[in-house]
Amino acid sequence: MKVKPYSQNAYTPVPSAFTKFRRNCVIWQFFRFIVINIKMTVLILKSHH
Amino acid sequence: MARIVILGGGVSGHTAATFLAKWLGRDHEVVVVTPNAKWNWIPSNIWVGVGGMSKQEVIFDLAPVYKKAGIDYRQAKAISIHPEGGVDVEKQFVTIEYTGQGKEGNSEKLSYDYLINATGPKLNFGATEGLGPDAGYTVSVCTADHAVHANEKLDELIAQMKSGEEKKILIGTGHGMCTCQGAAFEYTFNVDHKLREEGVRDKATLTYISNEYELGDFGVGGMHIKLGGYVTSGKVFAESLYAERNVKWIKRAHVNRVEKGKVHYETLDGSQHEEEYDFSMLIPPFAGVGLKAYDKAGEDITSKVFNPGGFMFVDADYSKGTKPFEEWDAADWPSYLQNPTYKNMYAVGIAFAPPHLISKPMKSPNGTPINPTPPRTGMPSAMMGKAVAGSLRDMILNGAIEPTHTANMSEMGAACVASAGKGFFSGSAVAMTMYPVIPNYKKYEYGRDLNGTFGEIGLAGHWVKHFLHFAFLWKAKLKPFWTIIPE
Repeated sequence: MKVKPYSQNAYTPVPSAFTKFRRNCVIWQFFRFIVINIKMTVLILKSHH
Repeated sequence: MARIVILGGGVSGHTAATFLAKWLGRDHEVVVVTPNAKWNWIPSNIWVGVGGMSKQEVIFDLAPVYKKAGIDYRQAKAISIHPEGGVDVEKQFVTIEYTGQGKEGNSEKLSYDYLINATGPKLNFGATEGLGPDAGYTVSVCTADHAVHANEKLDELIAQMKSGEEKKILIGTGHGMCTCQGAAFEYTFNVDHKLREEGVRDKATLTYISNEYELGDFGVGGMHIKLGGYVTSGKVFAESLYAERNVKWIKRAHVNRVEKGKVHYETLDGSQHEEEYDFSMLIPPFAGVGLKAYDKAGEDITSKVFNPGGFMFVDADYSKGTKPFEEWDAADWPSYLQNPTYKNMYAVGIAFAPPHLISKPMKSPNGTPINPTPPRTGMPSAMMGKAVAGSLRDMILNGAIEPTHTANMSEMGAACVASAGKGFFSGSAVAMTMYPVIPNYKKYEYGRDLNGTFGEIGLAGHWVKHFLHFAFLWKAKLKPFWTIIPE
């Protein structure tokens, strides 16, 4: 997709090819799955009063 | 024996009812009044709306679950609350009108010792002319049936695109006072994902319209996260996704009228605009369900119990609602969800009246409010249900005088997983946590704890969302070990 100068899309960061690869890389995402679950568990434990 | 009546069987009401039934056993009565025969895991409606799941996968029958739990289930809608009893009735009660169980249309007075109002929202499509699938021109994913209808319309559109036609798709919020931008966000990117899968993305112009001041506000004033050596606003990440998927966005918009093929809207600068569409999914604003309240003599005390929007007053500092944004404080938010006048009444989830917005209030020069209203759904809603259930258990079984558990949104976090497309290998979702939900600018430089606030998009997020779909339905059905699945 070509970016049109002075359009909305021209002023935002977009992911590089490597970032897009990491987002869909099953091995990397498996580790991220674990990390996300840990972060959410910590949040839940902090939130119960 | 105490009787606890719970009005509403959604996320917060169902959580409160099931924990109370477990903790109190058969020595006390737990009654759920809900007009619905089915329970709906609403977050997965997004996938029903793009054909990724069937309606049957996101709903189940309530009656057998409540029978198993020993909960007295009344398929009825609540009409009024009588917190002082009535002229000839000593005990406090609610009036209900049956919508099922062979008693449709019958009214009944249901006495209670404790009342939990968990009635959820009225989907207020009527606030915007032409909005909604029933009396308007737009589709919705707010209920499972709405989502099925949305998918049918989307399939028709895709068929037309496959025959070479170009189409305009508009998704977002249908009023300046909407909440639940997350659902519109998710549907936008699930539609984008489906169009790519169907090979017709190049035939569609996809536009997102929102009442948010900036993308990524989500009704919680946005959030900052640490990433790549910067502390960065969520706006940057939100806009990045829209740019990456080639979705145009319109922000600070109040949709004031919908006609067939065209949406009319006002922006925060007061100017009026139009946007054409061939397919549009716009979220409605929420209102309270319209419960009335009466004192012992039968006088209407609705305004003493509910705010003008129909949400129940609880232990929040409502005096701050009239004060400027800069004077708002995390301490304004309620802890016990207890009604200040009638202490045996509680309100959880969307049913409680927030003290004020979370996002900064905005008005156009024409006086039109254009700002998201506070979200009170999902994880915080379930935590409120469990906290109130815990307080009532301690009062009933252990003799506690005051509530013992709190669920203050300024002291709790929220985890949110926003789908951006379904598929075990091709899917993605934004996984986010924020702590606390209500920004506290006195305590944290950016309003929130940056160690508890993060967000990332990827396949793992999709796995988490899909896992949560099964986990929460398992929990709601009270299957083995349901209590170890957190709210």
